[in-house]
Amino acid sequence: MHERQSVEALVHSMTQQLKRFLADKQRHDIEFIGIRSGGVWVAQAIQAELGNQQALGELDISFYRDDFTRIGLNPRVTPSSLPFATENKHLILCDDVLMSGRTVRAAMNELFDYGRPASISLAVLVNLGRPELPIQPDIVGANLSLQQNERIKLMGPSPLTLEIQQTEVSPPDQQA
Amino acid sequence: MQTPIQLNESGQLKHFLTVSGLSKSLLTEILDTADSFIEVGERNIKKVPLLRGKTVVNLFFEPSTRTRSTFELAAKRLSADVLNVNISTSATSKGESLSDMLRNLEAMASDMFVVRHSQSGAAHFIAESVTPGVAIVNAGDGWHAHPTQAMLDMLTIRQNKGRFEGLKVAIIGDILHSRVARSQIRALNTLGAEEVRVIAPNTLLPLHVSSLGVNVFNDLTEGLKDIDVVIMLRLQRERMQGALLPSEQEYFQLYGLTREKLKHAKPDAIVMHPGPINRGVEIESEVADGKQSVILDQVTNGIAIRMAVMSMAMSGQATAAKHAP
Repeated sequence: MHERQSVEALVHSMTQQLKRFLADKQRHDIEFIGIRSGGVWVAQAIQAELGNQQALGELDISFYRDDFTRIGLNPRVTPSSLPFATENKHLILCDDVLMSGRTVRAAMNELFDYGRPASISLAVLVNLGRPELPIQPDIVGANLSLQQNERIKLMGPSPLTLEIQQTEVSPPDQQA
Repeated sequence: MQTPIQLNESGQLKHFLTVSGLSKSLLTEILDTADSFIEVGERNIKKVPLLRGKTVVNLFFEPSTRTRSTFELAAKRLSADVLNVNISTSATSKGESLSDMLRNLEAMASDMFVVRHSQSGAAHFIAESVTPGVAIVNAGDGWHAHPTQAMLDMLTIRQNKGRFEGLKVAIIGDILHSRVARSQIRALNTLGAEEVRVIAPNTLLPLHVSSLGVNVFNDLTEGLKDIDVVIMLRLQRERMQGALLPSEQEYFQLYGLTREKLKHAKPDAIVMHPGPINRGVEIESEVADGKQSVILDQVTNGIAIRMAVMSMAMSGQATAAKHAP
């Protein structure tokens, strides 16, 4: 059983929040980075709405996960690609779903291996609000709370839709 | 199955001993994973935390510079701790048996042994007797196999040619003593190369070599026709017993790769050599350093391939241990 929801309105809201956020903080020198694969789609959607044509950074965090010894290496790891220098840049890190914060921790560790950014801000399409680490988003499309047996997944790249799936048992090692 | 010992219950790599018996999809997974590690090697900080807290022991019973140092660098870039055991000065020369030495190294909580040995089957033997959870990677055993060298060569071919289908590859020189050639032939055939040729005098070819799935040529010029990839092998003087060759000069005249002879291959053919190169014996300097040479790319790719194989084997051990009763 699942239901699908369009994300257009959420992306629009995120873009407006981001504009205000950047104006408040007076940040101009920004770069977008998406966590594969859902985060890349979210970043692309925000960039499209902003009319931002800058090259997008893409992170594959497989080499930085904290559960390597439990679930092993992702057999479909792809090279991360950062087509710009991150040094002293304000980075907008985008992901589809924020749950425990472990993926964001892994992504931040990876980003620091490329250099020392001026700042990293976090933009997520959906915040499930179950932090296991002190990580909070700066830009949020929607706050959602799911039942233990539900999981949410961003389907894409075109069209982007959110799908809530009911699972038999709650996934033990889901990292989001 | 020839070597189920390499795989865990889910069919993932847990040791890497030979390319024989591994599927095309698993070999492709190794190449794809290595591609991601190449990107890591281009960063400011060329290190990922994947094997943090793991201990890798380089167990080299035979001298090696390139292979040992790239394995060491690969392990360090995966954040593992690395121990290099120099066998000639170790206790095996004081009479300690191999098994006893391994037990002692395992007692230091080692997680992986990278083994090079002059006896064929040495890595296999160690993999059979090692404590569960410890991964073995073959860094060359006798005349048998050198799987990481073969895979870094496959990565170099794929980088330059984009594919294996339709490729004609020639391996030239001392096939008889070459574990590299045996592993390359297996990998090329599994990955779908159109034709693999070996070019050598009969004295440097193993008996029944064509049963490995190769076409045999004794004449270099003839064998190079239509070739996309030229792989030169080193003349392994140290393994030769008896007079297999009249002289190095005559060998160079017949089988040495010169600019003139290379013209018989396709104009965009690449030239590879596993190193160390004997300039003027199997390859002319102008070719080794020339535009078609990818010999130094092979060394760079060696680090990425070894990072891929080590992390995949450690991953296969971790998930195998999880499934164990």
